[in-house]
Amino acid sequence: MDQNVENHERLEKLEGIGCSRKRREDPRFIQGKGNYVDDIKLPGMLFAVMVRSPYAHAKIKSIDTTKAKAHPGVHAVLTADDLKPLKLHWMPTLAGDVQAVLADGYVSFQNQEVAFVVADDRYVAADAAELVEVDYEELPVVVDPFKALLPDAPVIRPDLDGKNVGAHGARKHHNHIFNWQIGDKDKTDRAFSDAEVTVAQDMHYPRVHPCPLETCGSVASYDAIRGDLTVWITSQAPHVVRTVVGLLSSIPESKIRIISPDIGGGFGNKVGVYPGYVCAIVASIVLGRPVKWIESRSENLTTTAFARDYWMSGELAADKSGKIKALRVNVTADHGAFDACADPTKWPAGMFHVCTGSYDIPNAHVSVDGVYTNKFPGGVSYRCSFRVTEAVYLVERMIDVLAQKLNIDKAEIRKRNFIKYEQFPYLTPLGLEFDSGNYMPALEKVLEAVDYNALRAEQAQKRADPTCPTLMGIGITTFTEIVGAGPSKSCDILGIGMFDSCEIRVHPDGSAIARMGTISQGQGHQTTYAQIIASESGIAASQIAVEEGDTSTAPYGLGTYGSRSTPVAGAAVARASRKIREKARKIAAHLLEVSPDDLEFDLDQFKVKGDPAKAKTMKEIAWAAYNNVPDGMEMGLEAVDYYDPPNFTFPFGAYLCVVDVHKKTGETKVRRFYALDDCGTRINPMIIEGQIHGGLTEGFAVAMGQELPYDEQGNVLGGTLMDYFLPTSMETPHWETDFTVTPSPHHPIGAKGVAESPHVGSIPCFSNAMVDAFAHLGTTHFNMPYNSYRVWQHAKSLGL
Amino acid sequence: MSKKTIVSFKLNGAAIDVMVEPRELLIHTLREKLSITGPHIGCETSHCGACTVDIDGASVKSCTVLTVQCEGAELLTIEGFAKGGVLHPLQEGFTQEHGLQCGFCTPGMITRAYRLLQENPNPTEEEIRFWMAGNLCRCTGYQNIVKAIQYAAAKMRGETVTTSHPLMAEISA
Repeated sequence: MDQNVENHERLEKLEGIGCSRKRREDPRFIQGKGNYVDDIKLPGMLFAVMVRSPYAHAKIKSIDTTKAKAHPGVHAVLTADDLKPLKLHWMPTLAGDVQAVLADGYVSFQNQEVAFVVADDRYVAADAAELVEVDYEELPVVVDPFKALLPDAPVIRPDLDGKNVGAHGARKHHNHIFNWQIGDKDKTDRAFSDAEVTVAQDMHYPRVHPCPLETCGSVASYDAIRGDLTVWITSQAPHVVRTVVGLLSSIPESKIRIISPDIGGGFGNKVGVYPGYVCAIVASIVLGRPVKWIESRSENLTTTAFARDYWMSGELAADKSGKIKALRVNVTADHGAFDACADPTKWPAGMFHVCTGSYDIPNAHVSVDGVYTNKFPGGVSYRCSFRVTEAVYLVERMIDVLAQKLNIDKAEIRKRNFIKYEQFPYLTPLGLEFDSGNYMPALEKVLEAVDYNALRAEQAQKRADPTCPTLMGIGITTFTEIVGAGPSKSCDILGIGMFDSCEIRVHPDGSAIARMGTISQGQGHQTTYAQIIASESGIAASQIAVEEGDTSTAPYGLGTYGSRSTPVAGAAVARASRKIREKARKIAAHLLEVSPDDLEFDLDQFKVKGDPAKAKTMKEIAWAAYNNVPDGMEMGLEAVDYYDPPNFTFPFGAYLCVVDVHKKTGETKVRRFYALDDCGTRINPMIIEGQIHGGLTEGFAVAMGQELPYDEQGNVLGGTLMDYFLPTSMETPHWETDFTVTPSPHHPIGAKGVAESPHVGSIPCFSNAMVDAFAHLGTTHFNMPYNSYRVWQHAKSLGL
Repeated sequence: MSKKTIVSFKLNGAAIDVMVEPRELLIHTLREKLSITGPHIGCETSHCGACTVDIDGASVKSCTVLTVQCEGAELLTIEGFAKGGVLHPLQEGFTQEHGLQCGFCTPGMITRAYRLLQENPNPTEEEIRFWMAGNLCRCTGYQNIVKAIQYAAAKMRGETVTTSHPLMAEISA
């Protein structure tokens, strides 16, 4: 047989890196046999419902649970008083603050958890929840972070009275959480004083919610005889949950088993530990029966983890040619009533300091103030790494503002400021080292694909025609993301370094099982991790079982969020596979009676150099590992790897969006969206495309309709799917995708992570297109979301 | 608590008698009493479509129908699609065209798409998007769901079908 054909057949059988391997998750999902948390049914299981506050800010004068407890079928009604003896009425947050598990004398946001009703089934629990009588005394409400910092603003957190220092330094006001600064302020200020041109722009990134289709929930089951606690939970980070539960409950981690079953989407919503989980655990311990708690959609949208809510002021200093000299940013971050942001411990604004973007900006300074308001806690990373969407939005909007000021084309100004290929690895003025990038060819490929010049010509023609009913906008973004948190020297959660892990066991028949510290929520880990192992170890992907999410079997890892699975756990997978391969090499050498150095690895076997007929396949080697190994070698064929990445990875992309906005109605049609992503080495092109479609659609949702606004009384106005925009198949645009490949130099297989860049990169692209539609009328910015009403208002304000 | 009543219907071809309270929603009866956990609960307000089942030849969001309303009805859920170990063309289409990610919306999507193809065996992309607009997906952006339905439609019409994601497209020997 022709050597190439034979190699191709072997490669095909291997299903390694680069294949569009069909997903191994699909058979169960397409047949209704997924196992999500609400599918779990245990003997004797009870169901719980949370009683919540209708008020955004109130004193609790009394709680009467008598009627609820007397209701037939009710087993327990927990309040803060029941949790106090266990010291569980408050719990630590990931951001170094504390959060009330059940309200302790006062409530500070609408729908805050007040009591937990456990009953035979969900109907009885809901009936009994209505019978819990809470006497509230309303207090003044503040939902605006600027008003929250006024001297006479209501005190949102009386428990912090007198604490002038928080987890991130000094607090300057009773509703102030932290001030975080990075960069050289003096140099940056000087660059602004000396600049030929400066621009400034205020912008609000509204409060939104990741809103996965499956809400959060858990089933807690405590076995009083064995002393074991098992919790099934919709968690993107089951091992971290185990550590938190151990800290809270004083049960040793060896007696706690956290299982993340199939998860119906996460997008950052399922990283934290929520009061319902803690209450379900307590109830199970108290009652000795399994307790299920599943939140409703409204509870999900109004209590578990908002994202964004950043009020950003950006400034750029430049010369007349558009070359940027400095970036200055001030942010007021609305964190709600408890600081429950999911960020690495040392960085209260996450990786916002990636905000210098793809541009060679010599000076920068960032200052972020966190503020308490009477809104629900969160600050999670909605399909992005920590605060990266906000950062990318800021710089991608600011460079357009500068382009408009200088009357330079928005593609051209980016080219003038790009970090050049030869400058990598590139140290930013805010202390990050970008691993690799090649921005110019990416942008040029996009401009050519869409015929950019023709689009601009069409736009000029439409602007010149007063009878044209629509405005045409062209948005460009050339963004750089930071993902793969992260190096333990800078990133930890609760003191645990943000490594990740993989353990591989090869069985005697040459098949294998691999387990990781991450957990898929739709990303297809079962499929793609096996592809990495296949390419690195020569075991066909079809012979590899991948398991995640059970803390009793998987090695400790920090979980899946911030596009960290491929950059961190994927690296552990590659390195564990290489350990397998190197042991296999020694066994093969022993079997073939040659030196290991005389062997070369060829897809799925070791061959003797110069004598390729003499070879041992991985299948043969696996069998030998259990009966015929070299003297002094341990039997078996397994490997474990804990990978602490030396750096983050920096995926990038170039996106272009064309919108047509109706002047009289504000209705907007996304005519075209072209997305070029560079995520380094591509593991599964089919899955990458799917991730990009999904991220673009979530970006479209945020830009065009999502927000969780509040009225002055602190009522959240976006708390159902009637009010909160999730695009349907009708609104969602058609996506065009493209790619370049610039591998990460420090990652074992050069991969960077991909699922979040389309979200991060597309939102400013939509904004840039919407602003561009009005740019000739003097608009430099207007805030998201661009629903028809808001756009119509903007058009009207311009006299259209 | 209200009195319970026995309701009889056909579920995926099998005769079922189930005792429920009059207020019980079909989705809860299916999931908690009948071990039919393919249909999911995503909103409980008829917006998301994750709970879609087919009742007497119509797509119904089972979070918004009382079980007692199903007396004498014929119900089809995702559990009734694969026959004798052979996947329905829609199930095959969703996996071949990567029309799912987290899988939570998938049973409802497939059940809704089934009704579409019963009524219109050769829908355009626009018709598919219109018909599927009551089923939300947060993962895929719908583009590959449209392709999955087109794949199934072609297969059900007896045409030759191929995946748009060939295994080795980006790999040369």
